[in-house]
Amino acid sequence: MDSKNSSKPKYIGVVGVGSFGAAIANILAAKNPVMVYARKQEVVDEINSNHSAQGKALSENIIASNDPEHLCKSCDVLFFMIPSSGFQQVVKIFAPFLFPYHLIIHGTKGLCLNLESGETLENVKKIKRSQILTMSEVILQETVAVRVGCLAGPNISKELAQGQPAATVIASKYNEVIMEGQSLLRSEKFQVYGNSDIIGVEISGVLKNIIAIASGALAGLGLGENAKGLLISRGMVEMIHLGNALGGSIKSVMGLAGIGDLVTTCNSIHSRNFTVGYRLAKGETLTAILADMDEVAEGINTVRIIKAFLETADLRAPITENLYRVLFEDLEIEDALQFLMKYPFNVDVDFV
Amino acid sequence: MEEKYIKHKYEPIHPSKDEWPVVKLARERKEFVKKVADLSEDRILKLTSNNPDILKEELETTLYREKLRIKQNPWVVDPDDDESFWSGVKSSLVQISTEAGRNKIKKLQEYKSILNSITARYAEEIASNFKATHYKFTRSVVTYGFSRLLNAARVKGFKSIFSNQYTLQDKIQITGETDHLRDLATKGTVVMVPTHFSNLDSILIGWVISVLGLPPFIYGAGLNLFNISIFAYFMNSLGAYKVDRRKKNLMYLETLKTYSKEAIQFGCHSLFFPGGTRSRSGMIESRLKLGLLSTAIEAQRANFENGLNDISGKIFIVPVTINYHFVLEAPSLIRDHLSITGQERYYKENDEFSNSYKISKFLVKFFTKGSDISVSVGKAMDVLGNYVDVVGNSLDKKGRLINTRDYFVSGGKVTIDNQREEEYTNMLGKRIVEEFHIINRVFNSHLVAFTAFEIIKKQNRKLDLFDLLRTPQEDITIPYEEFKENCQLVLDKIHELKSQGLINTAPHLSKGMDEIIKNGIDNVGMYHSKRPIIQDNSGDIGTDDMSLLYFYHNRLTGYGLEKLF
Repeated sequence: MDSKNSSKPKYIGVVGVGSFGAAIANILAAKNPVMVYARKQEVVDEINSNHSAQGKALSENIIASNDPEHLCKSCDVLFFMIPSSGFQQVVKIFAPFLFPYHLIIHGTKGLCLNLESGETLENVKKIKRSQILTMSEVILQETVAVRVGCLAGPNISKELAQGQPAATVIASKYNEVIMEGQSLLRSEKFQVYGNSDIIGVEISGVLKNIIAIASGALAGLGLGENAKGLLISRGMVEMIHLGNALGGSIKSVMGLAGIGDLVTTCNSIHSRNFTVGYRLAKGETLTAILADMDEVAEGINTVRIIKAFLETADLRAPITENLYRVLFEDLEIEDALQFLMKYPFNVDVDFV
Repeated sequence: MEEKYIKHKYEPIHPSKDEWPVVKLARERKEFVKKVADLSEDRILKLTSNNPDILKEELETTLYREKLRIKQNPWVVDPDDDESFWSGVKSSLVQISTEAGRNKIKKLQEYKSILNSITARYAEEIASNFKATHYKFTRSVVTYGFSRLLNAARVKGFKSIFSNQYTLQDKIQITGETDHLRDLATKGTVVMVPTHFSNLDSILIGWVISVLGLPPFIYGAGLNLFNISIFAYFMNSLGAYKVDRRKKNLMYLETLKTYSKEAIQFGCHSLFFPGGTRSRSGMIESRLKLGLLSTAIEAQRANFENGLNDISGKIFIVPVTINYHFVLEAPSLIRDHLSITGQERYYKENDEFSNSYKISKFLVKFFTKGSDISVSVGKAMDVLGNYVDVVGNSLDKKGRLINTRDYFVSGGKVTIDNQREEEYTNMLGKRIVEEFHIINRVFNSHLVAFTAFEIIKKQNRKLDLFDLLRTPQEDITIPYEEFKENCQLVLDKIHELKSQGLINTAPHLSKGMDEIIKNGIDNVGMYHSKRPIIQDNSGDIGTDDMSLLYFYHNRLTGYGLEKLF
């Protein structure tokens, strides 16, 4: 805390140097010195000596540390860019060093569970909204930081790394967080929008991964653009109803983080979620696919959580439900598709 | 009295009344009112971005609403010159807009001077008329008078009127973090936020504050209460400032907020009823009026801005719940609630507190028949809802020391961000509601009312609330054994919640169930002419007034106890 008033230039913190974390760190480094957190000492050394993280090139303006306290003292603004599976744990590591003056923005498109000790998704089966945490809710629950935001939108790391034009959404209840995020990230190549409905934006980013898996499956079956158009539009309706049930507004699903990200991910062979669906349709098993992916496909965990949530919500989500059966109950993709084609979706738009 | 509660005499924390912030404020009343008026003017100018056209529109809106109020809803307390003042405003406005040859700057100047005359008028109207001598007098009247009445009623015999066997503290139990509160009041500024069920609360809380040895708190009391002379006298001498709910225009609201913020910064302990008004439904307030609450956060930020970083500039939020067996106004409150929520016929308000006679009658009943009241003082929090330790430092959920100033810091220094503070106000509001539920004390009357209503609801599962309330009383009956069983079920759940620290109970709930039920039925709404719960000769349970039963039942909503049925 005593470093607060010193005249040392502040770093911008980035926690996690996966492909998205590295891409964001590079964008941030164009304007400010950046300090990234990596758990493994060899990754830290690689960054500090070679300016690369597991092969991904990093700006020279980036230094690395594996000391959370050092990072929290050196930075007022922190970007958490870690997969949802490790999110709670990493946030807990940082919590003792975070103070109310810290601004935290995360870029994780996944959900966590808020269960009693001893309870798991396997033995609980049904979960209520209060047992699901978005990443911002994890941060609010585990730390004393309140000025929290999230980063979501069509941001494929490879394209960002190549410097192609793109845009993102920063969502937060606090205008201050949105403005800070905008001023740190915005460039000629990178547009940054603001949204005050943080839950809606987080949920949009989370739900679109489900549809992305389904889209990959369609592509794997060799189906064409008509089918994809059908899926994206029905997928959006499903996202809207689920988003509403989880506390987001319809508007956010219609925005960059919802439909924008949905279209991108459903068309992208770079997307991990899309790849899972594609390979499933080609006949591989889920276990085999997961075994040789080096980064997490968030959509799989999301399908399980949403399936359990549907047990308590008065709601049908046919795409998610059938995808769940394909992933975990050995339903053939062709049969799932048959089922969806027969499903009585007879009203086109029923949410506006 | 087998119950254990705090009954000891507290020494005043500031023995000399000259040290009371509220006395200092009264001494500087004139300057303070002027300061409030000027600061309010600044705020409004900022809100209208110094644009004469927008300002003009605001002035015209205010004028229109005030004229309408004078015509449609005049009150006894309104000053005699109300009409002429607003006519003056009107003619000045007309003059500015009709006379040619004014440039923008000149116009703004003239609008500003009208604005200042309005904020000055409002500030003067809001400001309290605290007089230390009146305060002392009132306090002794309340304490002395009440204890005379009490002794006359409880100790039999003619001489009993001079007995000191019972004091007011036998009737009104104060529990909770009282010592912490006293301690913090000497160090920083306290903002007390009580639940609000009855008009009696204002006086009750005033008395509690004085019993605890605290200097008087200032608080916003509805201007309507000043219509009644006996209340006006009490309120003035307890440090009340006036809140006129008829005036909803921007200028009034900004002046009111400025007054509250400046008074807190001045170091005056304050009291807000965060529900804004009495709870109509009988539920613990779940949606708070955040307007005045935001001034506590603003004042805290302003103190940090001014470099007051030590505890003397710290503001503590102390939630308080007031628990009754009986709310005098219950029939009209619940009827209000039902007519607001929809389906009952239009109901014209008939305030039981409308005249001094009725109040006196109530007080006599209250003291002669014995209906206990308990006041629970919650843990003190900072303006972000973090608990504070004995010396007033904020602690996070894990018990780590944190600095409240950090919440207002951005880029290394304290900044003003209204939107941020709005969010903080929402957060604080939520925390206060949580605390209300935690410190709420369940009485036997709450238990029986809740259980009875839920059983009746279950018996008539097909009816919606309004049809349920219209069910003929003759058709409602609960066999005693079933009632007892369910009471036990609810009580067990309450004890479970209590062990998790989510609710509190009165000591009398540890008695046998038959006794709890008997006392509960005797106590619930004991002075209403139609009783919420009755028991027939065979011991079965019924009701004379479903709406009232619903009102008393609502006290225990918000804990998920309904799921038991």
